[in-house]
Amino acid sequence: MIRLIGELAAVLATALFIFALYWMNDPKTARRGVFAGITGMTVAILATWMQPEIVHHGWIFLAIVAGFAVGIPLSRVPLTAVPQRTALSHAFGGLAAGLVGTAEYFLWFGEHAEKLTPFRTSALVAEVILGFLTFTGSLMAAGKLQEVRWIPQRPVTYPGQNFVNLGVLGLAVALGVVLVLYPTAPWSGQVFIAIAALALIFGVLLIIPIGGADMPTVISILNAYAGLAAVAMGFVLDNKLLVTAGALDGSSGLILSIIMCRAMNRSFTNVLFGAFGKAQPALAAGGEQKVWKQESVEGAAQLLEQARSVVIIPGYGMAVAQAQHKVRELYDALTKRGVSVRFAIHPVAGRMPGHMNVLLAESNIPYSALVEMDEINPEMPQTDVALVLGANDVVNPAARYAKSTPIYGMPIIDADKAKTVLAVKRSKNPGFAGIDNELYVLDNTWMLFGDAKAIVGDLVKQFAGGGIH
Amino acid sequence: MTDFGSVLFVFVLATFIGLGVIRRVSRLLYTPLMSLTNAISAIAVVGSIVVTGAEYPRAIRILGAIALFASMTNIVSGFMITDRMLKMFKKQ
Repeated sequence: MIRLIGELAAVLATALFIFALYWMNDPKTARRGVFAGITGMTVAILATWMQPEIVHHGWIFLAIVAGFAVGIPLSRVPLTAVPQRTALSHAFGGLAAGLVGTAEYFLWFGEHAEKLTPFRTSALVAEVILGFLTFTGSLMAAGKLQEVRWIPQRPVTYPGQNFVNLGVLGLAVALGVVLVLYPTAPWSGQVFIAIAALALIFGVLLIIPIGGADMPTVISILNAYAGLAAVAMGFVLDNKLLVTAGALDGSSGLILSIIMCRAMNRSFTNVLFGAFGKAQPALAAGGEQKVWKQESVEGAAQLLEQARSVVIIPGYGMAVAQAQHKVRELYDALTKRGVSVRFAIHPVAGRMPGHMNVLLAESNIPYSALVEMDEINPEMPQTDVALVLGANDVVNPAARYAKSTPIYGMPIIDADKAKTVLAVKRSKNPGFAGIDNELYVLDNTWMLFGDAKAIVGDLVKQFAGGGIH
Repeated sequence: MTDFGSVLFVFVLATFIGLGVIRRVSRLLYTPLMSLTNAISAIAVVGSIVVTGAEYPRAIRILGAIALFASMTNIVSGFMITDRMLKMFKKQ
């Protein structure tokens, strides 16, 4: 009877998870999806907990309480820290899969050798490799995003890097094959530990050469890995609920990765093995060094005031400066004066998929004002002012023709085609990809150097103070 | 005893459903989508509960308890932050 309840609960939970994702197709129904997800998860947990073989309730209770104690504060981070939190949760997901796989292997290794069939051992190897590489890889990604001091922000590359990376992964897989052939030999336990260790090392090596501009893609790929690790766990435990939920997560990560790769005109392998930020050849080789022109806040405010249409192009700089609320004030001030203001969102702007949308939604900017790159580009030539707010590579015209740069071929927002470009930039250094941006030195471009929040705040003051008539 | 064929079958079907459903997700909601799928894939919690709670050697159960803690953290923070973000979209 209890078994039957367990089976039915798994079916119910699967259906609820599918509805949860289905309702995400519209912001209006999306919160219903969260409710469906929570219900499905609760059903699944209770149905598992009540099974007769579960006898140590105190341990389960304590672990769940600890999960709440850490999970609640993690859900209250500022929205600018959402990419780090997401990476961290991928790390937790990978860790859980890796540890359960390890526990199951040693359990069967000791007591039920007959359970280590070739199929199940293969699934175990996949679970442990995927789980542990996702664990350390995501921790590294979270550390880079959080700008932890001892993790280098810039991509770290060295000669033969891909060879080393693939060698480590290849060795783990080869040992996995050995384990499938000899799952219960006296030395098999050591082989298993070696596989786990190699996977942990591979996760670190995989992320070291990755720069900030690649983070949206990498986070999506790690998301897919975390899902696949859960699928592998489902195969090991012969649990269909794990397989379906893991497959939903895996396909979500896959679709997001594909969208992100397309938005950068790069392939998966190119993102993972073609590190950004290697020594870049100078762009204007032989050409004269062009200089940027600086504009005052007063002048910029005047330009904005006189415009009929303004397109704001936000990027990571807006997120770090937490400028989204000031941006909202600017949006209000300009809209009140009859200026049409829209936001051009590049798919890889920021550090994770949808990053800009969430920040702008937080500051209550109507999502009808957020326009996708493909829709806004045809209108850029008629735009009076393009205000680039902490975006860099996604507006670099060099992507159209400079074959020597890593961003070559990446679709960009045509900010340079607007009548006037105002670019707000933290510093005079090149962007995360380490490339000069020639948008800044075009004839119709004016630079505003400084923190995005401070500059937008000053612009708003210009309008509020009545300094402009 | 175990029927791997049927599990594989379930995997393939679930992947197709996943691809079909995710493709329709609003582009505005990619960040909450990721935190939601993250919470859902923390279904690894059911495997962790078995490893933690069954009559297994202590060392095995300690691994299970850590995994259970990690999954539970993902469930709680994943659903809560997804809802927090979606609230901002909905009030418009």
